[in-house]
Amino acid sequence: MKAFANLLERLAFTAGRNAKLTILAHYFRDTPDPDRGWALAALTGTLELRQVSPSLLRRLTGERVDAELLALSYDFVGDLAETIALIWPEPEGALADVPLREAVALLQSTGKLALPGAIATVLDQMHPPERLAFLKLATGNLRVGVSARLARVALAALGSRPVEEIEEIWHGLVPPFQPLFDWLSGGARPEAAALAPFRPVMLSTPVTPEDLQALTPEDYFAEWKWDGIRVQAVAEGGERRLYSRTGEDIGRAFPDLLDALDFEGSLDGELLVRRGDQVASFADLQKRLGRKVISKAMLQSHPAALRAYDVLTWQGEDLRSLPLSDRRARLEDLPLRSPRIDVSPLLRFTTWEELAALRAAPPSAVIEGVMLKRRDSPYLAGRLRGPWFKWKRDPMLVDAVLLYAQSGHGKRSGFYSDFTFGVWDGADLVPVGKAYFGFTDQELQELDRFVRKNTVQRFGPVRQLAPLLVVEVAFEGLNRSSRHRSGVAMRFPRISRIRWDKPAAEADQLQSLIAMLPPAEVEG
Amino acid sequence: MARRADQILFPTDSGLYCPDGDFYIDPLTPVPRALVTHGHSDHARPGHGAVLATRQTLEIMAIRYGEDFTAQKQVAEGPLRLGKVTVSFHPAGHILGSAQILITPDDGPRILNSGDYCRTPNPVCLPWEPVDCDVFITEATFGLPVFRHPDPLAEARRLLASMAEFPERPHLVGVYALGKAQRLIALVRQAGHQEPIALHGALQRLCDYHIAQGIDLGPLVPATDAKGAQLVLAPPSAFASPWVQRFRDPVLSYASGWMTVRARARQRGVELPLVISDHVDWPQLTATIRELSPQEVWITHGAEDGLMRWCAMEGVPARPLRLVGYGDEPE
Repeated sequence: MKAFANLLERLAFTAGRNAKLTILAHYFRDTPDPDRGWALAALTGTLELRQVSPSLLRRLTGERVDAELLALSYDFVGDLAETIALIWPEPEGALADVPLREAVALLQSTGKLALPGAIATVLDQMHPPERLAFLKLATGNLRVGVSARLARVALAALGSRPVEEIEEIWHGLVPPFQPLFDWLSGGARPEAAALAPFRPVMLSTPVTPEDLQALTPEDYFAEWKWDGIRVQAVAEGGERRLYSRTGEDIGRAFPDLLDALDFEGSLDGELLVRRGDQVASFADLQKRLGRKVISKAMLQSHPAALRAYDVLTWQGEDLRSLPLSDRRARLEDLPLRSPRIDVSPLLRFTTWEELAALRAAPPSAVIEGVMLKRRDSPYLAGRLRGPWFKWKRDPMLVDAVLLYAQSGHGKRSGFYSDFTFGVWDGADLVPVGKAYFGFTDQELQELDRFVRKNTVQRFGPVRQLAPLLVVEVAFEGLNRSSRHRSGVAMRFPRISRIRWDKPAAEADQLQSLIAMLPPAEVEG
Repeated sequence: MARRADQILFPTDSGLYCPDGDFYIDPLTPVPRALVTHGHSDHARPGHGAVLATRQTLEIMAIRYGEDFTAQKQVAEGPLRLGKVTVSFHPAGHILGSAQILITPDDGPRILNSGDYCRTPNPVCLPWEPVDCDVFITEATFGLPVFRHPDPLAEARRLLASMAEFPERPHLVGVYALGKAQRLIALVRQAGHQEPIALHGALQRLCDYHIAQGIDLGPLVPATDAKGAQLVLAPPSAFASPWVQRFRDPVLSYASGWMTVRARARQRGVELPLVISDHVDWPQLTATIRELSPQEVWITHGAEDGLMRWCAMEGVPARPLRLVGYGDEPE
């Protein structure tokens, strides 16, 4: 438990992705089985434990600590698990470390009646860091900023394997993942044991009009790039699953689409909300994401659909080694019965100029560019440069005024690098977004100097700036948002140019931003 | 009739005042005569008519404020008669030169003002000494039972472990210039770190003074560039200044008792919070009161509600002095 507690503590405070990977890789390298496997399960959300309620923990602590001191302490600390970890009576003498596997076993198999006593006993054998780790496990809330994907990337580095190989077998594995660790340390590769497994996806790289000049149009298929979520829809052996492109199983949020997967095979495509022929905005799709329970009304008003663009397996046959032109022919002939599934159409073009014209005038607001795929390419895992390209539409642009700045972490320590910007709403500047990239290192230094010279007020780590500097902000889309004062929320905003030349008064108006919004959505 | 404790010493706008000796303890404003427990800037201020303190506290004040920080100074050695009371200074274990001040009236209760104190062994100062008293005046900086400072040597080892895990990243530790800086250096030396340690300019003179007082801090270099040393110490305020920019991809750390609480550590924006404190934690605070078993406890500043509650449960008469102006210096 000591090593696990230290792992959680380090991850919780470490901001950088690379630093997190280092910490994870060292933990997996240095921790014996099966504890590292249980830790992996905890980090990837695959650990099924009995959830301990805050009220039970409060009661157990109340039996040991004066109620007033507990209340004062909770008030100061602000987090119940942390308060209890710190305030729990300290055991006497030296303690043997409680292995993570024992803590997990306790939370897996203890009956309801025995649970309070068992928790108290194990807390009595720990110091505050381990108590906190145990309580975070028990309340199901690690909050260390590590995705399942990141944990798998760390494992891949540990075993010098591509992460796709881990993703491919991931859903057939169960905690504590002994066969996986055996393989990563030189043993045999576990077979992909799951029904309806995830197959590592093929990814594209960006392309510019200049790049295209070196390519031959006849070698490529072109399709619209839909602004939804890339998914792999698998129905095999009676099992139906919907995977994200990193292999997370997201089917639970889309029962209507799972119902539609009445085939035997695996399709690659875009998850969308579609009403009849009308594809809804990404904002509508977002309303369906991450929900545990989807209401009937939501299923009605925001129906999910799949727009397929590739077929990976069909009737037990693996098609991935076929050229795309063959897979595409198979795809178009599939007997797909459900109206919730259709095939993404190919675009007709003979020159890059023709494709550029199509890209410039897409028939729907939910299209964010075009995809180019080499006709002769097999389906290959990962992001190879060449077979697949994305040619995104040009970003939207707005000239905004810098309003607040906050300093960054790691490589940007000491530099004000996180900016809040706003546009004019009458005589006021209203914040419309935050950006922390897009500028060069040289520009970062100039921005930092500007921030230090033009601070008018400080709020903790945040500096309010004199509204003097205009930046051009590029973004990929705009949604309505009730959570922002401006009523709009940008997607992927970044600072594309610093307009040292432009007076703040000439920055854009909120009205011009609102004019960029997609047509009003159907409310669910 | 014997004098009551609150006639011998009581709070005023300038701090605790003793009319029988006509002096203030750790006064907040310039006064004719000040007794100073230790050199932290919220306790030791310039501009008094006369200052009585330990030799080291006087020297530290001279380093910080200039030789003319007071019109007169007197080194506290042995019991001293001031007006109608006797005062004596006793080690507090907080920082170099820190002392508790005992006031013994001819007729009335003995009052011990602990200033700030710590009972964890600290290689840069004399250990806290128990002093028999009737009224114990204590701080309550960490006066809640959530504050249990871990072994400081283990915290120093965590710092070294992070440096080993990220050998290419400089580690910048925010430390208060007086006390914490030298303590941390001594701790990492004890934990086996032999390499030079780089210092921000603001720490230099007080480190030099500690060395002159015979405290071994090992090789120290100025933090003028990023190449000098992997471990760099700086006052926390430096983290918000462009000074940090000379370091490439640093790990920011902060050594303070407040780092026990995650929300506090997040506020600071540090990656490596180190719980190293120069103050008593809750177990030490409550154990000290039990050990001294005074008739009454007065609480100067800090989380007094928690300590008041504990005193009530223990049956120890206690009252908060609600002195403002202390604890302003980063712990």
